[in-house]
Amino acid sequence: MDKKNTPLSKLFLLIIFLILYAPIFFLIFYSFNSGGNMNHFKGFTLDWYKELFHDSRLLIIVLNTVLVALLSSLIACIVGTFGALGIHSIRKKRPKNALLALNNVLIVSSDVVVGASFLILFTLAGIKLGMGSVLLSHIAFSIPIVVLMVLPKLQEMSPSLIDAARDLGASRWNVVTKVIFPYITPGVFAGFFMALTYSLDDFAVTFFVTGNGFSTLSVEIYSLARRGISLNINALSALMFLVTMLLVVVYYFISQRNKSSRLGVKK
Amino acid sequence: MNNKVTRNLYLLPYVLWIVLFVIAPIILVLYYSFFDVDGNFSFINYKTFFTPVYLQMTFSSFWYAFLITVMSLLVAYPTAYLLTKTKHKQLWLLLIIVPSWINLLLKAYAFIGIFGQQGFANAFLEAVGIGKQEILFTDFSFIFVSVYIFIPFMILPIFNSLNELNPTLLDAANDLGASKWTSFRRVIFPLTIDGVKAGCQVVFIPSLSLFMLTRLIAGNRVITLGTAIEQHFLVTRDWGMGATIAVFLIIIMVLIMTITGSRKKGV
Repeated sequence: MDKKNTPLSKLFLLIIFLILYAPIFFLIFYSFNSGGNMNHFKGFTLDWYKELFHDSRLLIIVLNTVLVALLSSLIACIVGTFGALGIHSIRKKRPKNALLALNNVLIVSSDVVVGASFLILFTLAGIKLGMGSVLLSHIAFSIPIVVLMVLPKLQEMSPSLIDAARDLGASRWNVVTKVIFPYITPGVFAGFFMALTYSLDDFAVTFFVTGNGFSTLSVEIYSLARRGISLNINALSALMFLVTMLLVVVYYFISQRNKSSRLGVKK
Repeated sequence: MNNKVTRNLYLLPYVLWIVLFVIAPIILVLYYSFFDVDGNFSFINYKTFFTPVYLQMTFSSFWYAFLITVMSLLVAYPTAYLLTKTKHKQLWLLLIIVPSWINLLLKAYAFIGIFGQQGFANAFLEAVGIGKQEILFTDFSFIFVSVYIFIPFMILPIFNSLNELNPTLLDAANDLGASKWTSFRRVIFPLTIDGVKAGCQVVFIPSLSLFMLTRLIAGNRVITLGTAIEQHFLVTRDWGMGATIAVFLIIIMVLIMTITGSRKKGV
């Protein structure tokens, strides 16, 4: 496939890119509109941003969302990494595959089913719907993502590295902290960022288990959008786009580093 | 290497997670599906599910999901193919993925503005001479927005499998006198079928349950299985019926997974 793209195919790609980005830039563009709607651009204003920063309720929701995302990704990272280590150390094929299949259930299930089943679970367990239930469910659906990001790293690690460490007198704990962890760190970081974006993005599961008092950004945007257009949301989306771009750049560098380290340490 | 005790220690929180958040919810959903609104054990929910109302809904839900999947595939395959021929393909791919990291609800909200009565799309249609149309709250808007949201998820696996394709195979096909179309039909497509399957899986299952889009974009005109589950759990509080629909969604999911093969690629 060394042929270059023809002008026609370049045009096709251009149109696809335009369609993919137009709605986002459309939102950001109208966030500066003093007219108050998304139809007619009246004049430039930063009022919506000012209003956004004075809306203390919304700011609390943003903080809650970030807090839930960070906490859930962190906890999911710990449980998931140890889970991946455990799965990796299982020799027999059948229990290993069974665990892997169970691991993927939450990833492939549709959000609504996950949300509904968690709602039943929390209600039966007597857990009050609110931050606790949202945090628990975010941890729950982030764990398999972390496992999936860490496992390939463990699989590509040559077992002779561990044997060498043991031969040189490393204790079992030393092997884990000095050999395995440094090797799988890029995978753990990638898992953390994936979990972070899933948590920040999640709407359906959160919507089911959020209850009345607690709200995350997605749920808040949904209830605002159901009431119709308000340019506050546009201003918010512009800010969220910036944050997303930042995350993308961080993620890009992590994945680049992953690649270079793979080149560095050959089996 | 790791002995059994440490391995079990690693696995303990992970297995606890599997039991609590993977196995228990599935069992609970199944359990609740056997209870009617008043909490009595019955098969009434299953009877209700097989009435024309629900069968019709299941059918239309499938039909929409099918349309969304096919449209995404039709857009995504050429895009992925052309992407593999660009110079900085990883960068372009990243740029395709970025919109998928923007909160789904913000994108839906953008389309409320674009497709609205006075919106951009109508202004465009009027300028071209077609005149104003009712775009928002139609089947078209629902499918368009869904396809828009799913395109990146479809492109990614297809791009990966096209990228792994050995270019010498194409040269061979070419040398043996295959036309462009023949080499696509006989070589490229069969060798990238795994990517297509993975993409379809990633699009089809979630699109059965896009209740937020049906609410925001389709104005309750489109009722999918996901909408019905949300309705039963959060509005009418008929958990039994909601759980029954969830059971069927789970069954459908398992069927799709077995049909498209269990090969999975990350999103």
